[in-house]
Amino acid sequence: MTMIFGIPIQALLGQLLVGLINGSFYAMLSLGLAVIFGLLRIINFAHGALYMLGAFIGYLLLVHLGIGYWPALIIVPLAVGLFGMVVERVALSRLYRLDPLYGLLFTFGLALVIEGVFRFYYGVSGNPYAVPALLAGGTNLGFMFLPNYRGWVVMASLIVCIGTWLLIEKTRLGSYLRAATENPELVQAFGVNVPLLLTLTYGLGAALAGLAGILAAPVYQVSPLMGSDLIIVVFAVVVVGGMGSILGAIVTGYMLGLAEGLTKVFYPEASNLVVFVIMAIVLLLRPAGLFGRDA
Amino acid sequence: MSEATLYAERAAASVRLERGLVALGILGLVAAPFLIYPIFVMKMLCFALFACAFNLLLGYTGLLSFGHAAFFGGAAYFCAYAVKAWGWPPEAGILLGTVGAAGMGLVVGFLAIRRQGIYFAMITLAMAQMFYFFCVQAPFTEGEDGIQGVPRGHLFGILDLNVPMNMYFFVLAIFLIGVFAVWRIVNSPFGMILRSIRENENRAISLGYSVGRYKLAAFVMSAALAGLAGALKAIVFQFATLTDVTWQMSGEVILMTLLGGIGTMVGPVVGAGLVVGLENTLATSGFPVTIATGLIFMICVLIFRRGIVGEIYARWLSPAGEGSERGKH
Repeated sequence: MTMIFGIPIQALLGQLLVGLINGSFYAMLSLGLAVIFGLLRIINFAHGALYMLGAFIGYLLLVHLGIGYWPALIIVPLAVGLFGMVVERVALSRLYRLDPLYGLLFTFGLALVIEGVFRFYYGVSGNPYAVPALLAGGTNLGFMFLPNYRGWVVMASLIVCIGTWLLIEKTRLGSYLRAATENPELVQAFGVNVPLLLTLTYGLGAALAGLAGILAAPVYQVSPLMGSDLIIVVFAVVVVGGMGSILGAIVTGYMLGLAEGLTKVFYPEASNLVVFVIMAIVLLLRPAGLFGRDA
Repeated sequence: MSEATLYAERAAASVRLERGLVALGILGLVAAPFLIYPIFVMKMLCFALFACAFNLLLGYTGLLSFGHAAFFGGAAYFCAYAVKAWGWPPEAGILLGTVGAAGMGLVVGFLAIRRQGIYFAMITLAMAQMFYFFCVQAPFTEGEDGIQGVPRGHLFGILDLNVPMNMYFFVLAIFLIGVFAVWRIVNSPFGMILRSIRENENRAISLGYSVGRYKLAAFVMSAALAGLAGALKAIVFQFATLTDVTWQMSGEVILMTLLGGIGTMVGPVVGAGLVVGLENTLATSGFPVTIATGLIFMICVLIFRRGIVGEIYARWLSPAGEGSERGKH
């Protein structure tokens, strides 16, 4: 067996793959957070709950209506995005004039309610969600065995991240969005419906979280707690990357996922801590974050 | 009557009323254990002190820490371990918990003050979560079970804390000392500088204050007092568990402060009483606590940002009729 630093190469690659999968979810979620924060100046604590909501809607569609993975991949982001838009219209839009901390506190409350409701009806144990038949099994890459579904998750998350980046950087809607981030009053004066833009942005962020949720359903168990454990790590990712740049959020997500995977190989006890330790080191050396512009 | 005299009279009346209410409150707390189950009142007092410590940071310095559970629960672990494993007397255990929490506050605060606003909240949350994972794995916390069966022992070798009334009045004394400390800090020249940082950080910098140091000092004091509350709770309940270091606990103390009134002296005490009372009621009703907590959070943020005490101040007590609401700029 080939060894690197006294570690079998299969184990190393296996953990790197796990890291890449986790990184895919970090990237998708921190991307959504960055998009929402960019325009709304709100840190969406409910992001983890929306991710959980996505996974649960997918699970419930399958169990109660027999709707499978592929249709769910479309329905879930739409449903979660719609829910997000309602939340923004009804509540968040009232908080824009206030200290941004109120947005954090409101979405924290929202996260508790969403999570509480699912815990009340479904308990805390995980529910398995089968891998779709098309992606069952795995491929032997010669140097390692790659479960097809995991390969798909990495690919899908890359497509989602690049797609969102293109949407924001290269399209007309994206240019409105970036302009509104810089100066909402001016953009409004040019006749752009900024409140609508804000609603759509939160909807987009929520939809991204929902999509990440349904993608995660076959990898992790579908449980009411799956989001809250993840969101805090994603916050650390966001602190490391700085929310100034969309690309920064994506790259940092993958990097920290891989770092976590590597730590699992060399020093498993610290794998839960490593993202936070990296955050602390980055804060000491580069307080604005790796890609941050705001000091 | 000129406006100035009217203002002075209303201010004096408001101070008299406040003093009267505080005296009434202390009398009520002295009488409470004879009327209500003492353990329940002690739980309220521990959380009230925790919320006051937290409010020192949020209400008077304008820093939202989302990781105060680390100091509260961390101190509980330090105290419980010292008392149980090393056989320390309770007062030494509580002191160790407080000092330990202050040390943790120094580290977390040093990192967190490097960023502002929303990032500050996320950094404190992440650091507290790191401490949580540490507690899950570290052998001395005894994992999921927590440190059970912590002896209450004898205070200064004399007073037997196993007698409920002794325990109660010890807790009450610590609570009053802690709240007095917060009051003293807030109303000192140091506290005035903290408030100026809350109101306008850039102006405080331009006036020549090293804002970072003041923030860090406030953070350490807040962490130490939160630790005092946590260590006390460990002695009262005779255990320290993971519950006290979770992010939910950090959220709970925010809720207590928000509900009672951010930046008011009495608000966090009222908020803590209500939240602990509510949780006790819900525990037997089968309605999930998290849903209730979340709903109160949302309602408070949307329509009730001053909190109960803040609202009373703004309507009836404030001499100039101005509110104490944060973030109205």
